[in-house]
Amino acid sequence: MKHLTEYRDPELVEQYIQELHRTATRPWTIMEVCGGQTHGLVKNGILNLLPDLVTMVHGPGCPVCVTPVNLIDKAVYLAEEKNVILCSFGDMIRVPGSTKSLLDAKAGGADVRILYSPLEAVRLARENPDREVVFFAVGFETTAPANALSVVQAQKLRLKNYSILASHVLVPPAMEAVIQDDDTNIQGFLAAGHVCAIMGTGEYGPLVERYKMPMVVTGFEPVDLLQGILMVVRQLERGDYKLENQYTRIVRPEGNPEARRIIEQVFEVVDREWRGIGNIPGSGWAVRAELADFDADRKFSVSIPKVPECSDCIAGLVLKGIKKPRECSQFGRACSPERPLGAPMVSSEGACAAYYHFSMSELVND
Amino acid sequence: MPKLDFDIITLGHGSGGILTNKLLEAGVFDLLSNPLLDTHHDGAMLNLTGRVAFTTDSYVISPVFFPGGNIGELAVNGTVNDLAMCGAIPKYLSLGFILEEGLTMAEFWDILVSIKGASERAGVQIVTGDTKVVERGKGDKIFINTSGIGELHPQANISIKNVRAGDKIIVSGHIATHGMAIMSVREGLEFETSLTSDTAPLNHTVLALLDEFGQDIHLLRDPTRGGVATVLNEIARDRNVGATRVGIDLKQAAIPVLDEVAGACELLGLDPLYVANEGVFLAIIAPEVADAFLEKLQTLDYGQSAAIIGEVVAEHPGQVVLTSRIGGRRVVNMLVGEQLPRIC
Repeated sequence: MKHLTEYRDPELVEQYIQELHRTATRPWTIMEVCGGQTHGLVKNGILNLLPDLVTMVHGPGCPVCVTPVNLIDKAVYLAEEKNVILCSFGDMIRVPGSTKSLLDAKAGGADVRILYSPLEAVRLARENPDREVVFFAVGFETTAPANALSVVQAQKLRLKNYSILASHVLVPPAMEAVIQDDDTNIQGFLAAGHVCAIMGTGEYGPLVERYKMPMVVTGFEPVDLLQGILMVVRQLERGDYKLENQYTRIVRPEGNPEARRIIEQVFEVVDREWRGIGNIPGSGWAVRAELADFDADRKFSVSIPKVPECSDCIAGLVLKGIKKPRECSQFGRACSPERPLGAPMVSSEGACAAYYHFSMSELVND
Repeated sequence: MPKLDFDIITLGHGSGGILTNKLLEAGVFDLLSNPLLDTHHDGAMLNLTGRVAFTTDSYVISPVFFPGGNIGELAVNGTVNDLAMCGAIPKYLSLGFILEEGLTMAEFWDILVSIKGASERAGVQIVTGDTKVVERGKGDKIFINTSGIGELHPQANISIKNVRAGDKIIVSGHIATHGMAIMSVREGLEFETSLTSDTAPLNHTVLALLDEFGQDIHLLRDPTRGGVATVLNEIARDRNVGATRVGIDLKQAAIPVLDEVAGACELLGLDPLYVANEGVFLAIIAPEVADAFLEKLQTLDYGQSAAIIGEVVAEHPGQVVLTSRIGGRRVVNMLVGEQLPRIC
């Protein structure tokens, strides 16, 4: 914990807050892209410590939230109909598909297992040669290396019964989609620290130049977040725009070359549907065609009809930072983590769920 | 362990016939012997006076052996603690086993020995019980139900109705230790740690406090499953509380959490406030005696790390609000379902 306490130091936090109050002279709107950052801001009560002139809006950076309903339906179908051992990270199994979640399927008898690493799923495949093991490989660039590694390992072991249902999404195309939306009013970004730790910062410079918008690669602790916000505000006040790195203790410009190599080996870039937002070109990773045997989508060629998303939900507006969770008429009423209507309420790192769990004011208790 | 002509539990041991008899005589009755149990009657005939507390709980835990204990002592301590939280002096326990075919006698014996040790430490007698066996695959080695009866301490007046704004909230020890000790040995999650469960009988500690502080102890709760956050939310949301509904203010910096527990929670994305405890209780205490209560508790068994972690307030009724280490404020809500480790 020692390496963390310095980033949670109340005195340092206070200094940054005061510096922000001194620095901000005009209203600024900044988006933190990553759900982990949203979580950090709300969980530590940082939002109500910021100057009124600085408004944080929350981005689309919760991979669990933006996983399309159709993919969840596929995972449920595989678990129920194909005698598959369906493995998933914990926070994915509660996310509702069109009729049920993986947790519902598990309760109904499907073999759904919560794992903590995709390599465990490979072990399960070795131990259960008469069953198909499918790992629901969800995540941004952060979880992709481990998921890719599981495919490489399964290939090395010549496993015929292991595949992944890939649901990888990429951050930079999503940021660009948000910027291009006419209704957004974002003036600067906190870029997602862990994503950059893997991928480096190379893709962000062109975005900064193209849209003349400050971006600061930022970590997740209170001091990280406040320092990142201050760096963006300083740029905005100066009329400057550049890419800066607050998270230098973790993020190198080139990222993690070994992780990138293994991602490249297993995945290729594809257009991708985002729950709540729609299709974003070049925003996902699918398993390469030559590894089709390890791609559950191709291996089982499941065709599940697409179901439209709930019309009462303003998920798209929340994910693009156009609306705050509380501006939704359904928030905390028809829509809650127990019965989410849309993407940002489904995982604990979604913006709506973060507000529901942690934020003050009129939560409905009755 | 006694010499037996079987080394695993079979369906026959739940049949009620000779095998059941052998298991009980050799395994249970001899070890847990006391005058009431030794009557081998259909039920126990008890001598109780005054106000009585009665509780029951079932224990289903995986794995059944964990760092710092096993399901046996957990089943005794849990029910003893439930009685203690009522302000009762635990007297008698029942013990119901559901055994899974294939459980080894050696494992069952270890659990029985733990039950004996725990009941002696708590000063309770096991006076009646039941044993059933289910087919392999239909249980998790062993499930235990314990019910308990205790006589209320003469000074005890513990009720949600007594809770009022101004009361202090005291936690008796480090939170989340039990839950993280269990998680450290869960399949697929094993991580190296020296953490052990804090399972313990809290009745002697509580009774010493009742002797001294009597009716100023407004409420006691043990934050087992669901952790501290769940219990405090239940209190804030309870409509029977005091004259008006209350809110709860918590100070994050005051909440005792072992570094190792905090680190493990951090890694897995879990909030220690929601993680299970076994040897910890929460006390809601009249403000006039809170400091003295804390001082006394810190001298007692299982109370050395006790701390005042918050206050009952008139503001934000129905909500638990935490002031974070850095001075921000946020709601601590009820948990939706089980806390699950995060993806990234």
